[in-house]
Amino acid sequence: MAEQKASTSIEAVESGLAAQGYIASRQIATAVYLSQQIEKPILVEGPAGVGKTELAKAIAAWRGMKMIRLQCYEGLDEAKALYEWKYAKQLLYTQILKDKLGEVLGGAQTLHAALEQLHDFGDVFFSKEFVEPRPLLQALEQPGGCVLLIDEIDKSDAEFESLLLEILSDFQVTIPELGTVSAITPPTVILTSNSERDLGDALKRRCLHLHIGFPEQRLEERIVESRVSGISQALRRQMVGFIHEIRSLDLKKLPSVSETIDWARVLVLLQATELDTEIVKDTLNVLLKYEADIEAATPQVTTFIAKAARSNVFG
Amino acid sequence: MRENLHRFFRAARGAGVHVSPAESIDAMRAVKQVGFSHRAILRDALLLTLAKSQDEKLALGDCFDLFFSQPEPRQHQPEADDNDDASQDADQTPSLSSASEAGEGQPSEGLGPLAQMLLSQDRNAIAAAIASASGAASLSDIRYSTQRGIFSSRILDAMGLQRLRDDLDALTATNPSLAERLRGALDALREAVRDTVSQGLALYAREEAENLRNEILRNAPLARIERRQVAEMRALIRQIARRLRERYSKPRKRQRRGHLDVRRTLRRNAAWGGVPFLTAWKRKHRDRPKIVAICDVSGSVAQVSDFFLLLIHSLHEVVDDVHSFAFSSHLIEVSEILEKKSPEEAMAEIMSKVGFGSSDYGSSLVDFEKEFMSTLTPQTTVIVLGDARSNNLDPRADILRRISERSKRVVWLNPEGRLAWGFGDSEMPRYATFCTVVRQCATAQQLERAVSDIVATYQ
Repeated sequence: MAEQKASTSIEAVESGLAAQGYIASRQIATAVYLSQQIEKPILVEGPAGVGKTELAKAIAAWRGMKMIRLQCYEGLDEAKALYEWKYAKQLLYTQILKDKLGEVLGGAQTLHAALEQLHDFGDVFFSKEFVEPRPLLQALEQPGGCVLLIDEIDKSDAEFESLLLEILSDFQVTIPELGTVSAITPPTVILTSNSERDLGDALKRRCLHLHIGFPEQRLEERIVESRVSGISQALRRQMVGFIHEIRSLDLKKLPSVSETIDWARVLVLLQATELDTEIVKDTLNVLLKYEADIEAATPQVTTFIAKAARSNVFG
Repeated sequence: MRENLHRFFRAARGAGVHVSPAESIDAMRAVKQVGFSHRAILRDALLLTLAKSQDEKLALGDCFDLFFSQPEPRQHQPEADDNDDASQDADQTPSLSSASEAGEGQPSEGLGPLAQMLLSQDRNAIAAAIASASGAASLSDIRYSTQRGIFSSRILDAMGLQRLRDDLDALTATNPSLAERLRGALDALREAVRDTVSQGLALYAREEAENLRNEILRNAPLARIERRQVAEMRALIRQIARRLRERYSKPRKRQRRGHLDVRRTLRRNAAWGGVPFLTAWKRKHRDRPKIVAICDVSGSVAQVSDFFLLLIHSLHEVVDDVHSFAFSSHLIEVSEILEKKSPEEAMAEIMSKVGFGSSDYGSSLVDFEKEFMSTLTPQTTVIVLGDARSNNLDPRADILRRISERSKRVVWLNPEGRLAWGFGDSEMPRYATFCTVVRQCATAQQLERAVSDIVATYQ
């Protein structure tokens, strides 16, 4: 019975994401389902522009949860990712409470007695009110749970990874002055990486590892269909076929799904009904982002269009 | 089923996927969620939890397909099958009647369970029996291909081969035709078991076999490996390169605490009258290695140079810039060829340009001094790879002296053993005077150590 439920739930994930305009392959849906069931973060790897960040957005929209995003960059540290003390507020409060403090301590005869009384005060200035929560802490404090997107983790320093480990495995952080803060509802954590550097084993071990590559032709057609309205089926098939041909070239940056969508939008704007050499050459800069790549692809355009058209007939 | 999963984890380790206990627990939990009924979903779930990179996903996917494809137990001979079908209807011909009698009714009595199973041709039962017998014989411990025979016989023993033999002996006397059928079935069973063992070997022993082969390959002299091993050696060199990269490409973090850099602090705070608001700390500056490689590509040294160049040029992340030169009678720069082409093509092109001549170290060094002396900086390590056999021509050791004066170190890697240095036309002792280090470098292992040491001096 449980098994039956699993496969229907995976289908439910697929259709739920599809309703948000995110066409997921079965593998992606399985990952999302599993991460929910066994409460593990998903580490998404893959080339730029295949929808790694989109996945997090789609999950948040589908479940109706808030999405908290932490963009990683070199030099990102605890103070920007986790929490920070509100120094200014602390200072201001000590100034305002100066008289009060004087009153409280007034009765004390010796320094020692004053210190005793101050201890009774407790650590007022290092309490929750003076903590400025940053994305990671915010994510733990959401009562209804949330989707925490840690974007481009490979851009951060290796030390930052270690900071994440506690959150990823136990959904809690330890703040020395306050103690351990546990998540009210464990957030759904998505980490993305462009494999700019190899991530540590400790981090990888704590995550489900999902690799999103370039989609198959059919899937990509469906993605274009859901994202770009007003594009005819014939043109859609033709342009996706063309892009698949382009990806077989040895280019510096292969066009990914986001480029496909952009190109489809451009073609719709230009009111193209089918691909021809002229229009492709004019709009090639939407697909390819390097001069050298465009130069390498231009001579092939005519052949690729022909190939795409042929596959169109038979496919 | 849990037993099966454990065996799968072992197989996955065999396939080179790192599966720690924690990961296997995660995988178990995931499998509990998705169940076993949908193979594709099960595959995805295991791939998600166990594999941690694209390479591992591929390896694990193959491993999964192999593991969950049970070899079908062989059908008995077709005519035996026909007999069986026919006998179910009725007795037709006298020649068949005995067989049909044997096929159904009485013969089961007094026979061992294995014989009965074989005669009834219950394929699922046989497959299950083989599986449980392989468990009993701990097939997952198989390591080498030479163990196939012993594991096969162990599995057959566990299935009750002894009893079957007794049955066969008894039947040969009482019911020869049935005995014949049983013998055929036994042969088929043997085949099925052999398939199971081969599959087990492919699953569980891959890592061991690979380690053994790599170990042998690592210590084989590079100059004399066989042609068919070249591809394997290239793979091994790439592996070595990856290891070196991982070891040495750690981010070069600058030291941020420690000694105050007084000069820079004062300069930086000049605007505040030298009151040090902003502090500057002394930093340790670490350079990436700059390497100039000069490789002999004549005759016997060519193969070693090939592997050496492949290794050096796969170290992009670790080494800042590499200039490579190849020579036999004269010297050319080959960095560009190596960067642009695949290793095979590049080597072929280099060989066609300068390879296979008789080596002339003297004139090659002259070529280097004339054209490329400017590539040397005080941070450069010069690596010369060659046997220093100059065919009794002038070695021009004075140029090597000038090279060593201009660079950080000169390392000479010689594929020949220490004993041969200085004998015959070897000029090694003369060159050695101007080298920081001279070491033998004949095997992949020595090559790895040599390159590792060179890179380590920069850390």
